[in-house]
Amino acid sequence: MTDTSTWATKKGLAQMLKGGVIMDVVTAEHARIAEDAGAVAVMALERVPSDIRAAGGVARMSDPSVIEGIMGAVSIPVMAKARIGHFVEAQILEALGVDYIDESEVLTPADERNHIDKHAFKVPFVCGCRNVGEALRRISEGAAMVRTKGEAGTGNIVEAVRQLRDVLAEIRRLGGMREDELFVAAKELGAPYELVKQVAAEGRLPVVNFVAGGISTPADAALVMQLGAEGVFVGSGIFKSEDPARMANAIVQATTHFTDAKILAEVSKGLGAPMRGIALEAIPDQERMAVRGW
Amino acid sequence: MTTRIAVLALQGAFAEHVATLRAIGAEPVEVRLPRDLDGVEGLIIPGGESTTMRRLITRWDLAQPILELASSGAPIYGTCAGMIVLSREIVGGEVPVLPLLDVAVERNAFGRQLDSFETELDVPVLGDTPVHAVFIRAPVISGVGPGVDVMATLPDGRIVAVRQRNIIATSFHPELAGETRFHRLLATMAAEHADPGEGVGRRQYPTRRSQHGR
Repeated sequence: MTDTSTWATKKGLAQMLKGGVIMDVVTAEHARIAEDAGAVAVMALERVPSDIRAAGGVARMSDPSVIEGIMGAVSIPVMAKARIGHFVEAQILEALGVDYIDESEVLTPADERNHIDKHAFKVPFVCGCRNVGEALRRISEGAAMVRTKGEAGTGNIVEAVRQLRDVLAEIRRLGGMREDELFVAAKELGAPYELVKQVAAEGRLPVVNFVAGGISTPADAALVMQLGAEGVFVGSGIFKSEDPARMANAIVQATTHFTDAKILAEVSKGLGAPMRGIALEAIPDQERMAVRGW
Repeated sequence: MTTRIAVLALQGAFAEHVATLRAIGAEPVEVRLPRDLDGVEGLIIPGGESTTMRRLITRWDLAQPILELASSGAPIYGTCAGMIVLSREIVGGEVPVLPLLDVAVERNAFGRQLDSFETELDVPVLGDTPVHAVFIRAPVISGVGPGVDVMATLPDGRIVAVRQRNIIATSFHPELAGETRFHRLLATMAAEHADPGEGVGRRQYPTRRSQHGR
């Protein structure tokens, strides 16, 4: 008996991406640079987050022809973003045959209450989260991979670090609870009890957890890997840097050798300027992307 | 003494192999640099992205020490991307890095992620209980040389598990399905490589190929 697109295959692809770097690309040319630098997957989108932030207005799913161009250019998995709650964009992306859909806060949300019912799809989904409750809500909706959101397009790692620490600290806290305390924890987290119980027992989220939003140097990547990330998404950090191919390659090396300071020093040399960053305080509340999604 | 088995930890699902090796009582060793291979008796190359893994193997000079490990007779097992990395020919012309298996391999042979699947697979050398096999953007072997044993095929005849002397490769992921028989086979081969056995009645000549000057 053969079954396609099962939970094991959806979650399993994310397991294969671990220890790797997923890079935002806007053209087929970018995608080839990313693949040559050692990316494990590319995220196809119309503009990188820092340009979305600069342009303002409504950010949507990319033009399908751009996505198809990228799918034709590389042999590694291709992911693409749909707006939060926009299940028709997701249907279109599934019809194109993308390998993963990111239901992403980087785009303008399409629904203020509901996320996509991801169980209804054969293509797997990755979703953003800021804490364990949000991660488990997304997983209960069918997400086969999660990533902390950070604050996309800022080149500032501070929000990513805060969220990753929150997630991992909460997992440790759950692990120390008595069984009868987990019921209240589930209520307080706003997450299904069965998933909360699983996290407490296993000491980890039920799916792979990457970090996104603000990684712009090899040291940033190694920082979140040492803290406990299972891999990284890099958005604007590569193609907004002075020498994208070198930066991309250096971040890949740093994600593999994240505990080896000598190698980190070596790969960090002479990369040119990283992307220009933004202090979080300089971003008005209504322009923060991390707070999108619930 | 427990058998030390290396797991290539450059990228991919190496933690799952480490956990499986622990579960069967072997001692896993994560390998990122050539020196990490010192004193190991076998090696697993995990699933992941083969293009990434091939680049990292070259970048960190791991090809030569792994080829030496293989020629000493130590067993090596590759899953999915690991199978691609171990193949002599990659269809489409990508440059092989560890051409230890005399096979041609086709990447993403079933299509994209939407075509990933699970099935029950007969692997006769592992006994009557089928293997629960998870295929994720999986490769298949599209041609085998004369020294290669086919361990398993899909009902349509496509080759998804092979062995050539001390090298084993599968298109699928036992480490994702709680399947330990491939790891136990590897651990047995590794233990025999570490200690060929000099018991009563055993003929006294070296069994390690390195000692034959190969």
